[in-house]
Amino acid sequence: MKLARTGNEAFAEAMRQINPDVVAAYPITPATEIVQIFSQFVADGIVKTEFVLVESEHSAMSACIGASAAGVRAMTGTSSQGAALMWEMLYIAAGLRLPIVMALVNRALSAPINIHCDHSDSIGARDSGWIQLFSENVQEAYDNLIQAVRIAEHPSVKLPAMATTDGFILSHCLETLEMLSDEDVQKFIGEAPERPNLIKSLKEKKPITIGALDLQDYYFEHRRQAAEGMFNAKKVIPEIGKEFGKTFGREYGFFEEYKMDDAEAVAIIMGSTVGTAKDVVDVMRGEGKKVGLLKLRVYRPFPANELAAALKGKKAVGIMDRADGMSAFTGPVYPDICAALYDLPDGRPILQDYIYGLGGRDVTKEDIRYIFEEILKTAKTGQKDYTLKYVGVRE
Amino acid sequence: MATLKQLAKREERFVSGHRLCPGCGAGLIARMVMLAIEKPVIVGNATGCLEVASTIFPYSSWNVPWVHSAFENVSASLSGVEAAYRSLKKQGKIDEDVVFVAFGGDGGTYDIGLQSLSGAAERGHKMLYVCYNNQAYMNTGVQRSSATSKGAHTSTSPVGKAIPGKGQFPKDLASIMVAHNIPYVATSIPGRWNDLVNKVEKAVSFNGFTFIDVLSPCRLGWPHEPSITMEIARLAAETCIWPLYEVVEGKYRLTFRPKEKKPITEWFKLQRRFAHLLKPENQPLLEEIQKEVDTKWEALLKKCEG
Repeated sequence: MKLARTGNEAFAEAMRQINPDVVAAYPITPATEIVQIFSQFVADGIVKTEFVLVESEHSAMSACIGASAAGVRAMTGTSSQGAALMWEMLYIAAGLRLPIVMALVNRALSAPINIHCDHSDSIGARDSGWIQLFSENVQEAYDNLIQAVRIAEHPSVKLPAMATTDGFILSHCLETLEMLSDEDVQKFIGEAPERPNLIKSLKEKKPITIGALDLQDYYFEHRRQAAEGMFNAKKVIPEIGKEFGKTFGREYGFFEEYKMDDAEAVAIIMGSTVGTAKDVVDVMRGEGKKVGLLKLRVYRPFPANELAAALKGKKAVGIMDRADGMSAFTGPVYPDICAALYDLPDGRPILQDYIYGLGGRDVTKEDIRYIFEEILKTAKTGQKDYTLKYVGVRE
Repeated sequence: MATLKQLAKREERFVSGHRLCPGCGAGLIARMVMLAIEKPVIVGNATGCLEVASTIFPYSSWNVPWVHSAFENVSASLSGVEAAYRSLKKQGKIDEDVVFVAFGGDGGTYDIGLQSLSGAAERGHKMLYVCYNNQAYMNTGVQRSSATSKGAHTSTSPVGKAIPGKGQFPKDLASIMVAHNIPYVATSIPGRWNDLVNKVEKAVSFNGFTFIDVLSPCRLGWPHEPSITMEIARLAAETCIWPLYEVVEGKYRLTFRPKEKKPITEWFKLQRRFAHLLKPENQPLLEEIQKEVDTKWEALLKKCEG
């Protein structure tokens, strides 16, 4: 069914169709609508969900952890400061191996306070053990959230997962959404695979302790097992992406390659800027310029080997970072890409980083063209004359 | 109310083998609270002495499903467990009538956990919150909390040449909980088992959020002889520095009236954290604390009469 939906509406609809047992959430711009729309579903009695209207995002994630530890499907939605307030609990959700699913609307972190898009919130949580799926458009956001349930709950993964949209750019803009039927979504996600949990242990009269003190003699093994879950997610994510494609016609992998085959200059982008950049690639291709684009969908787990294979032999690659890691080096995605390519025996491209669009700064076609021209120049000369440039900022 | 004989025959739900200090009040409270409940129970625990000492992996003293996630959030995480249970109940996936009990120390309850406590109480989740109140951050080495008695020496409110211990009276958390209009609020001590057991039985009979603040002697932080835990708890009630009462649907009722109200020095002299208050130079401070205890006691009596 083709509908016009905003990113927030699409997330809320996906949540309704997933029909989780528990949702615990707290409003925050620009993710508030997800909670609002879902509240109406609850008020109308069309979901089975127990909706816990908590007093903070920290409690939202804590309640999701409790619900998931009790053995049910738990979801939440948030953004920016809300995700930052959850930070402590994000690690705990992953460490306790709880497949909680979150709709995250990307928004800049304070200060200065700002309500518009950049990726510093989710990227700030990159080491927390959450699977992170970025979305180019509303359709992908919807599809990603549904797949996130399957990925997180997969018995070999058992880690929480977030699907993201760019704040306002996707969360508040109407786009065409090919919405699945409720039955199809339910069929695709199925019954959650059984995990050890509080309620089960109560029923079976074999009580379990979750969240015990884990000292020098066990902590490392448990963290290692969690890490293995993330390694396993690398296998599971493309499998589920393929199954989704086979069932619904839209296949997903770690990333999408756009006009990459003979490209000499490639840009790597996450989120909604990909859409604009595809237009720029088309125009520049028309001018005979060999530019291509790699849209990174899965940021955690990081598909290092797959990226290395896709980028091998490219002359120059520009990484567009919509967050600034404040490392006095580059944005956060650059070092990941750099590390992924380091072990290539040959055909290692020259890398340059571009930090752009912080706090919702508009990203124009001219900005993207400038970046492509810069990468093309590097590809042509074979010389890297800088590592990082800030694009679209007055300085 | 269950008799001692009946309690003795019940299966232990908080069992021995934990690493709490000898003479610790928290273990006694946990055991009594758990014994007082007959229905199936799921426990949530805030980070603190009770949590770290009772669940050192791969061991657990909890003979019931138990969950801990962090320090400030046991009310929120147990809200999630309870919501999951309600959802399953609604879906017909569970028949059992389950009781939810949260345990938190005074740090995790009065201070860092106050927000999530308030949130869960306001939302009215069906759970009993038990604060084992040892009046300081004992797990991290006796730092002051907002539950610490005025004048007490702690590692962050030390007695020095200029300052005689903690400068503030403790927060009146029971009143804050009463102001949430929850059905049941009480104070208790482990030293009067029937008081605590009775209150737990009552609390879990309500369909909503209930709260019991239990004074928990800490032989390491107060410190006191480990053999007098029960006695020192009773003395707190007998000096009225820790009166025992309950508030049922907003109505106050005294559950213990000392035959003779003892001076607070009787309680202070058994604990090294108050030793300096018994010196002549601190007489005015001692009098100020006694006066505050008297005033609070009179106010409580009025509330109970009204």
